[in-house]
Amino acid sequence: MSDSVAATAAHAAHAHHAELSFWRTYIFSTDHKMIGRQFLFLGLFMLVIGGLLAMTMRWELAWPETAVPGLGWIPEPYAYGGIIPPQTYNAFFTMHATIMIFFVVMPIMVGCFGNFLIPLMIGAGDMAFPRLNMLSFWTGLVSGIVMLAGFFVPGGPAASGWTAYAPLSAATAYTGVEWGQHLWIISLMFLGASSLMGSINYITTIVNMRAPGMSYFRMPLVIWSLFITAILLLLALPVLTAALAMLLFDRMAGTSFFLPQGGGEPLLWQHLFWFFGHPEVYVLVLPAMGVTSDILSTFSRKPIFGYHAMAFSMISIAFLSWIVWGHHMFVSGMNPLLGTAFMMSTMVIAIPSAIKTFNWLGTLWGGSIRFTSPMLFALGFVSNFLIGGLSGIFMASTPVDIFIHDTYYIVAHFHYVVAGIIFALFAAVYYWFPKMFGRMMNEPLGKIHFVLTYIFFNATFFPMHILGVGGHMRRIYNPTQYEFLQPLQGINVFITVSAFILGLSQIPFVVNFFWSLFGGKKAEKNPWQANTLEWTAASPPPHGNYEATPTVYRGAYEYSSPLVKEDWLPQNKLLEGGSAAARAH
Amino acid sequence: MMSWLPEDVSTFGGEIDHLFYLIYYITGAAFILVTVLMILFLIIYREREGRRATYSHGNTALEITWTIIPAIVFISLSFMSVSSWAKIKRHAPPSDFELQVTAKQFNWEVLYPGPDGKFGTEDDFQTDNDIHVPVHKVIRIHLKSRDVIHSFFLPNLRLKQDAVPGRDILVWFEATKPGKYELPCAELCGFGHSGMRGWLYVHAPEEYQKWAQETWAQKQ
Repeated sequence: MSDSVAATAAHAAHAHHAELSFWRTYIFSTDHKMIGRQFLFLGLFMLVIGGLLAMTMRWELAWPETAVPGLGWIPEPYAYGGIIPPQTYNAFFTMHATIMIFFVVMPIMVGCFGNFLIPLMIGAGDMAFPRLNMLSFWTGLVSGIVMLAGFFVPGGPAASGWTAYAPLSAATAYTGVEWGQHLWIISLMFLGASSLMGSINYITTIVNMRAPGMSYFRMPLVIWSLFITAILLLLALPVLTAALAMLLFDRMAGTSFFLPQGGGEPLLWQHLFWFFGHPEVYVLVLPAMGVTSDILSTFSRKPIFGYHAMAFSMISIAFLSWIVWGHHMFVSGMNPLLGTAFMMSTMVIAIPSAIKTFNWLGTLWGGSIRFTSPMLFALGFVSNFLIGGLSGIFMASTPVDIFIHDTYYIVAHFHYVVAGIIFALFAAVYYWFPKMFGRMMNEPLGKIHFVLTYIFFNATFFPMHILGVGGHMRRIYNPTQYEFLQPLQGINVFITVSAFILGLSQIPFVVNFFWSLFGGKKAEKNPWQANTLEWTAASPPPHGNYEATPTVYRGAYEYSSPLVKEDWLPQNKLLEGGSAAARAH
Repeated sequence: MMSWLPEDVSTFGGEIDHLFYLIYYITGAAFILVTVLMILFLIIYREREGRRATYSHGNTALEITWTIIPAIVFISLSFMSVSSWAKIKRHAPPSDFELQVTAKQFNWEVLYPGPDGKFGTEDDFQTDNDIHVPVHKVIRIHLKSRDVIHSFFLPNLRLKQDAVPGRDILVWFEATKPGKYELPCAELCGFGHSGMRGWLYVHAPEEYQKWAQETWAQKQ
């Protein structure tokens, strides 16, 4: 036993590579880095599907009831010669949101970067439970397959929105969708199990496996964000799973949790769903904030502004996220007094978000800013989050929400926040690609990708605010059916054209990603001259990550420190003189 | 952007619009402030030969300032919202004009109490999708649903309320201008959600009387 441990420590790479077959290395891997890459490919694949669904919807909204080019092959009754009927439209927006939230942002931001970064950045060899980690990925993959299977069952996929409001979702008669909705529920139960396994693993690893000297307040903010996210997931997902079980019983076993004719309460679903759903929003956005903080500091060559305030604002967001769910329900029929209470808590949760934005600004101040692709995307995230955060204040005010609730104003708001995460996601891919795959991505292509994405993201989502102010409802199939929306139709066309160009703007990324994977310039250990521990491992790191466990002497953001000549100072670099004091600390 | 707001013809819509504008100006100012600073910083502090970034971990006084100012703004905004919210959603004024609107896939059923002013009597009058009311009169509507959740949305009256099966939710409004206003459903309610709409006809008092008399007469 002790022999094998010693051998692993000494020759981590060779010892493992010799033993592991193709299957154990690439498919049924227990290596956190391979599982991270698997989550990345799963998420990118689903991003394509989610994006194509959005394009189809946008076509429908700009030119209602005309044939969508290229969709002539969809059989009746799901489409008629390429013309999408309302039922299919409802199914598409349901699946678009479900896929983007649960199968793109969660697998990539939490699954991929959580897995890849946590052990590397805290100086551990792997996750605490490598096999549980593998099971988490495979459960997630099964969940994805079950979700996509909805497209192939009679009646089509779920069509009651990603929020699946009962009673619409609770009885087949209301939507005409039987198995599609069942599969949607079952898939998300699997996903709940997958997230649960992942979050237990993340929490255990961060609590127990930090390298010597890596105190909580020396952890990079991206690790803080993933730690808090894991805690939110651990507590929120079981609520969703319980609600889904009740919904499935209502549909299949004749219970009436949410069906009023049997004594059930439709609003119970909304309370349970949003009790999960609001922390879920922060599950999505916190890792993006963490990634952004790290990248802004690295490329400003400057310590993050107010590290403690950044960590504590994330902690307070996490606490407050449990008491704001009612702001989704101001006009639901919930007691209006509760609405007042939820308005207060919602206004309060805006404070830590404001702190984060100002601190990012403070990080740029006095920096020496390098405009690399990851930096540009991180700045793009800040700019979008600013708009998404500010537009949220409108709907936090209960009287204003009466008007803008369920309009495109809400659609604009949550796309600036949730689809804005895609900027942090791309920032993270450009930034850590060298560490994940051992090769650099192409910088000019990355910059082209950024400029196009930034322009057309805003051209797509900003005009939705105007639609919302005009009263344009969400989730309607044909806006031209309404007289008061007819003057707004030109905006719908503009949005659709922008959305198509936004879709095409992703081609430079796809080309860059796959070309760099095989033909990119070989990456050195620390191409960005960054401080965090993962940059002291090989690119890509071998199984086991570090030849010897690193010792940490300082925080993650010692850029431009007066102690050294270079403008970076890695967390594990031993400085003469200061070492004894640092170690004691 | 705010010029796209539909014309407001309700007594409480002005309060909503006022808050809407107020938040628009506050967030607009915050947006401009942050964006201008960000662009300036990106230009001034771009990487240049021979310049090293400032080694600073933050500034407590600044951080306290930009915590307290947003906190004051946000909390003031919620206090300013409380009274309008209470007026619209909690304290429906008394009125002798009551209607029942029952949503179902994919229509609004409108029930009038008829000449006797009482529901559940012989002379009740039911119609689909059209609501006729007099101007300058408080209208109280009992909102119900037969099947799934719908949402009663009158953009011009700044009124929205979900209709929930199993509940009777009281909404009210007072229109200030005669006209014909669209009444879409704002909550996804199934494949016919898009196109589920009705009309609110706001009449001058004498016209309303005429409409009511003709309609009641027709029924008999």
